Amino acid sequence: MHIVVCIKQVPDSAQIRVHPVTNTIMRQGVPAIVNPYDLVALEEALRLKDRYQAHVTVLTMGPPQAETALRKALSFGADEAILLTDRAFAGADTLATSYALASAIRQIQKDMPVDLVFAGKQTIDGDTAQVGPGIAVRLGLQMLTYVCKIEALDLEQREITVQRRAEGGVQVLKTRLPALITVLEGINEMRFATMPDMFRAARHPLKVWDKDAAGIEDATRIGLKGSPTVVSKVFAPTPRTQKAEIVQTQSDQPRDQAATLLAKLFTKFPQLRAEIGRRAS
Amino acid sequence: MNDTTASTPPAKKPAGRRKFELDERLKAYKGVWVFIEHERGAAHPVSWELLGEGRKLADKLGVELGAVVPGAPGEDTQKFCAEAFQYGADLCYLIEDPALAEYRNQSYTRALTDLVNKYQPEILLLGATTLGRDLAGSVATTLQTGLTADCTELNIDMENRSLAATRPTFGGSLLCTIVTLNYRPQMATVRPRVMAMPARDETRTGRIVEHPLALVETDIVTKVLEFIPDERRDQANLPFADIIVAGGRGMKRPENFQLIWDLAKVLGAEVGATRPVVQAGWVGADRQVGQSGKTVRPKLYIAVGISGAVQHRVGMEGSDVVIAINQDPNAPIFDFATYGIVGNAMQIVPALTEAFRQHLATAKLAS
Ligand SMILES: Cc1cc2nc3c(=O)[nH]c(=O)nc-3n(C[C@H](O)[C@H](O)[C@H](O)COP(=O)(O)OP(=O)(O)OC[C@H]3O[C@@H](n4cnc5c(N)ncnc54)[C@H](O)[C@@H]3O)c2cc1C
Repeated sequence: MHIVVCIKQVPDSAQIRVHPVTNTIMRQGVPAIVNPYDLVALEEALRLKDRYQAHVTVLTMGPPQAETALRKALSFGADEAILLTDRAFAGADTLATSYALASAIRQIQKDMPVDLVFAGKQTIDGDTAQVGPGIAVRLGLQMLTYVCKIEALDLEQREITVQRRAEGGVQVLKTRLPALITVLEGINEMRFATMPDMFRAARHPLKVWDKDAAGIEDATRIGLKGSPTVVSKVFAPTPRTQKAEIVQTQSDQPRDQAATLLAKLFTKFPQLRAEIGRRAS
Repeated sequence: MNDTTASTPPAKKPAGRRKFELDERLKAYKGVWVFIEHERGAAHPVSWELLGEGRKLADKLGVELGAVVPGAPGEDTQKFCAEAFQYGADLCYLIEDPALAEYRNQSYTRALTDLVNKYQPEILLLGATTLGRDLAGSVATTLQTGLTADCTELNIDMENRSLAATRPTFGGSLLCTIVTLNYRPQMATVRPRVMAMPARDETRTGRIVEHPLALVETDIVTKVLEFIPDERRDQANLPFADIIVAGGRGMKRPENFQLIWDLAKVLGAEVGATRPVVQAGWVGADRQVGQSGKTVRPKLYIAVGISGAVQHRVGMEGSDVVIAINQDPNAPIFDFATYGIVGNAMQIVPALTEAFRQHLATAKLAS
């Protein structure tokens, strides 16, 4: 079995600050990490590898520095890593990104047919959740998004059964391979890489593909040129501002504070009194 | 959203340099559409929220508002059409086929893309639910057009009649407005509870356009073996809760979180949480409020031991009334709450629970 896992290197958004005057993102010194949702997908793929001796290829598109993300994936147990990097890929939106990744997967298929493609649920910098579906459509793969459990995999029959999060419940779906799976967060815990794993990963040869190596047929469909959407404006939000009325009591006793709060709340918002009363009765 | 991190510096893209003028072929695309999502006999309220928003866009453009209702014969599709008219649609595109009984990407993508190709809307809106995102992604790729996810504001740029879709970026620290250039339809998804529910006009009706599905069950590879409803799984439905009591890291220990549950119980409320609390495993991921969790719009939101980080705020600032309990008088949460109590949550929450309990007991006696 051959599994391709698509990952992305993203800035650690917990550490991103916005310049108060210019409203631009201050990226300096912000560490790059592997998109956390992609690690959930990678772990799920590695679990299948453990059970079925699968070959796991990790694929990323990004600047040369994205190599770090691939090395990390290798240290966890991926077998092979491919970096798509070319200035022509820059500025891609989701449509152009899925075009490039799908082309690369077609190239990967030439060496070894692909049975499953994994992707994270979404990224933390774009969170569009569209690249996975885009790849599935382009490659004609069966599409399984928001998977919370892989129930069964039958390699003889080439069938897979998964639980998929839907609105108001979980769908149990059975489909044929090859398929693309995006996984929900929190369904597994990433394994640890040992020191020897990390050393091995550091020495592991990477494949670095430019647009030609990635088999891009139509250069007008990648990067900025291939992106239907453009950002026309970036600005700071005007958040809800409402300085809280701090409940003041003479005693500072929680009981008095609570009573004062209720009195204020129900005087100003009588509808809440009715709402709460309705629930209790 | 354009990926500025894929390669090299995040060149600010001057939209003006790229082609805004539409090809002749694309000028034929007219009208605003909303996809009506329904499962197990109930329409998802996000569909009505989107009709409210779609109505405004259609009026600005001077075009019709269409609702797309897929489903199986025998389902309440007629009822959904009638409701769609009441929430603002001028016409409904009804696609009825047994193969649409349950959501599957292949059949729904086919239904929607065929319909778009035939009737050519300029704007197509879907809810950013698990169904809507699954469908929007494959429909946009099939149609080769642009899609903006999780929008918080939709507008028309009157200069070129294009959809200006605004969405948070970098966890809500910034907003960006995205336009789709020389491609149609312009697609966008919006999360449940981001837009207000429009008023319902029981007297409104419209016309129904039926369209066949060009696909039969045997063409569909994926089969639904079972549907396990959430009632059996104890999943929370935060986006539609009227009262939410949410706890943050200020609760300190998992045992203390019981105080949140106790208060919620008395109020008949749902329990919400911040991301660190979910990550620590104190409550399930379905209870996370914020940028990477749920967007909520309750009548009352009680935030306990929550600092009020931007990623949390964006998920709950649509609440009508916010009560914040925090020991730090400078916590950012007090900048957007209605009422605040400065103090130790471990003492204040039980006192509040008791006060509500007493209030309810006396209210009951009086009635
Ligand atoms: C990409 C990204 C996405 C994110 N998405 C989300 C999201 O969806 N939702 C979300 O919530 N966060 C999200 N976050 C995290 C967010 O940035 C904050 O870290 C988080 O909201 C803080 O949670 P908190 O308020 O519980 O904890 P803290 O910020 O640690 O605040 C704890 C508060 O409790 C108060 N406190 C302490 N002890 C007591 C006491 N005894 N009594 C009363 N008050 C007390 C403190 O004064 C403090 O204000 C995201 C972050 C990133 C980077």
